[in-house]
Amino acid sequence: MYWFKKEQFHTYQETTNGVFGLFDTPEEILEAAEKTKEKKYTGFDCLTPFPVHGLDEAMGLPRSGIPWISFFMGLVGCSFGFAFQYLTHVVDWPINYSGKAYNAWPAYIPVTFETTVFFAGMSAVVSLYALSKSNHGFRKPLHPEITSHRFALWIPSSSDNFKQEEVVNFIKSLGAKDVTVVK
Amino acid sequence: MSMTTLVKEKLGIVPLVEGDKTYKQVTEEILKPTDSFPTSLWWKAFLLALTITIVDIGIIGYLCYEGLWILGVNNPVGWGFFIVNFVFWIGIGHAGTLISAVLFLFRQGWRTGINRAAEAMTIFAVLTAATTLIIHIGRPWLGFWLFPYPNNRGPLWVNFRSPLIWDTFAVSTYLSISLVFWYIGLVPDIAALRDRCTHKVKKMIYSAMSLGWVGSNRAWSHYEIVCMLLAALSTPLVLSVHTIVSFDFAVSILPGWHTTILPPYFVAGAVFSGFAMVVTLMVIAREVFNLKQYITLKHLENMNKIIMVTGLMVGYAYGSEFFIAWYSGNEYEGFTFVNRAFGPYAWAYWIMISCNVLSPQVFWFESNRRNIKVMFIVSIFVNIGMWFERFVIVMTTHRDFLPSNWALYIPTFYDFAMLIGTFGIFFTLFLLFCRILPIIAMAEVKTVMPHAHANAHAHKEVIKEGVKH
Repeated sequence: MYWFKKEQFHTYQETTNGVFGLFDTPEEILEAAEKTKEKKYTGFDCLTPFPVHGLDEAMGLPRSGIPWISFFMGLVGCSFGFAFQYLTHVVDWPINYSGKAYNAWPAYIPVTFETTVFFAGMSAVVSLYALSKSNHGFRKPLHPEITSHRFALWIPSSSDNFKQEEVVNFIKSLGAKDVTVVK
Repeated sequence: MSMTTLVKEKLGIVPLVEGDKTYKQVTEEILKPTDSFPTSLWWKAFLLALTITIVDIGIIGYLCYEGLWILGVNNPVGWGFFIVNFVFWIGIGHAGTLISAVLFLFRQGWRTGINRAAEAMTIFAVLTAATTLIIHIGRPWLGFWLFPYPNNRGPLWVNFRSPLIWDTFAVSTYLSISLVFWYIGLVPDIAALRDRCTHKVKKMIYSAMSLGWVGSNRAWSHYEIVCMLLAALSTPLVLSVHTIVSFDFAVSILPGWHTTILPPYFVAGAVFSGFAMVVTLMVIAREVFNLKQYITLKHLENMNKIIMVTGLMVGYAYGSEFFIAWYSGNEYEGFTFVNRAFGPYAWAYWIMISCNVLSPQVFWFESNRRNIKVMFIVSIFVNIGMWFERFVIVMTTHRDFLPSNWALYIPTFYDFAMLIGTFGIFFTLFLLFCRILPIIAMAEVKTVMPHAHANAHAHKEVIKEGVKH
């Protein structure tokens, strides 16, 4: 069955303990991610100044599950919008406006559409906020150039078979310019 | 060199960012205006816009004190400049959404250079329109009555069968979705600002605004999907907004308004006027902030093409309206249109026709599409023309079913003050935006730069071999 999986809601993990190396081009980081995945270092991350195409596949990240949230919240918005109009106009206080039907449902479609879009869009944004852990505004970035022109590979110390020296040498062997240990 | 680069060279396709820049250069050049002291030109423009806004706020205060009688609204023209301004500004906003959403879905890489500024334009235009909407109800402090909320008058609910309530929902949904879409786009760029900033207070502000963005690919992968979702949601949304604005007219039973052509006609007109405003603003911005290699002639040419196409659509709508009025055989409908073109408001009608239908025709020629002066003048003409289009639609109800009731709409000083005031509000916000935030979506521009693209493409082949699915 076509249904969402838990892995699709992967979250950002804080970079507090581990090793990172810096690369200069998007193709280098793609290759590095690919090799890190093969090495079976779990929970690693790539930090890039812009979305690099193909990096999700290289890292083995599944497609984001946010469309599911958005879809179901869209349905909620749709039902809410219609139900609100129906309940106010037919149940709570029916008023005869120039002889029109109380449940003049075609007239309720525009507002129903707007509430659908509002719920679907806002739930997508809220999910993004939660999954990328955006409630932490004063998070310290690994390196100031990552948001401008450099690409970082991050391997946390919580990774499977993490041995600091091995990891440092591994990242160096991938061609990283600077390799830094964060503790 | 990869295949795509070779193909592009053979076909003479120019890169979207000129000057063969590195990523670092892009960051520095785009963020430069945000950390240098504003130029005197900016100060002059800003102080002018700010003065207009402040004077406008004063006049709005007086208007609230006196009431709407000081405007020209009267019988038989019950809707005056306010509704004209409202429709005009909402329409301006539509180009921003078109660029950020529709062109996104069509994978038009060139939109990245202009989408940030166009989206900002959308938000400020919709805010300007919303102020008009709130003031025109006469008692703006009761503006919240437009929304349904539990109250102690029954509760008495708003009438959901009325297009004016649809408008409330459409405009507020549009404003909120556009705002979050724009802000999400800004987050990675604000993070870049935060990381290169040394000033302590500034850094704190940027940190808070960047929501802790560090560029993790685990976040990017959700981020890109959310952008796509918002684009897919904004596309029908933007169509619905101006459709609903046109319902304000079309759902009434007045000749000239009660027509089914109004929704598509309004949407085309909105895109038309919006793109004209984008051209006006971009021509100025690229000069003032020295961004000619990011907002290239190619961008401007593409926009001019869209202006021409939508201009032709609008022209077709004008013709079709006239034809249907005659073909319907309804004498009231027929009279309304003859009165529009040859009655007392003929001057406005012909300003509209010449600005909207005739002036964009110069864009049939490539030399004109790529000429800064020509496009600037045409874009101004289109803005004037589109304002007059709404003017014509609203004011030509001045001859209704009862000839003894006929009169002209005589705008007063306050009508004009409100019109000029909207420009003040809009430009104050836009100029502030240009100073404080990067006006080009940096992270997005980097993805369409020649080497980013070619490399990623060349590498995909390698990846495909490596990944076991």
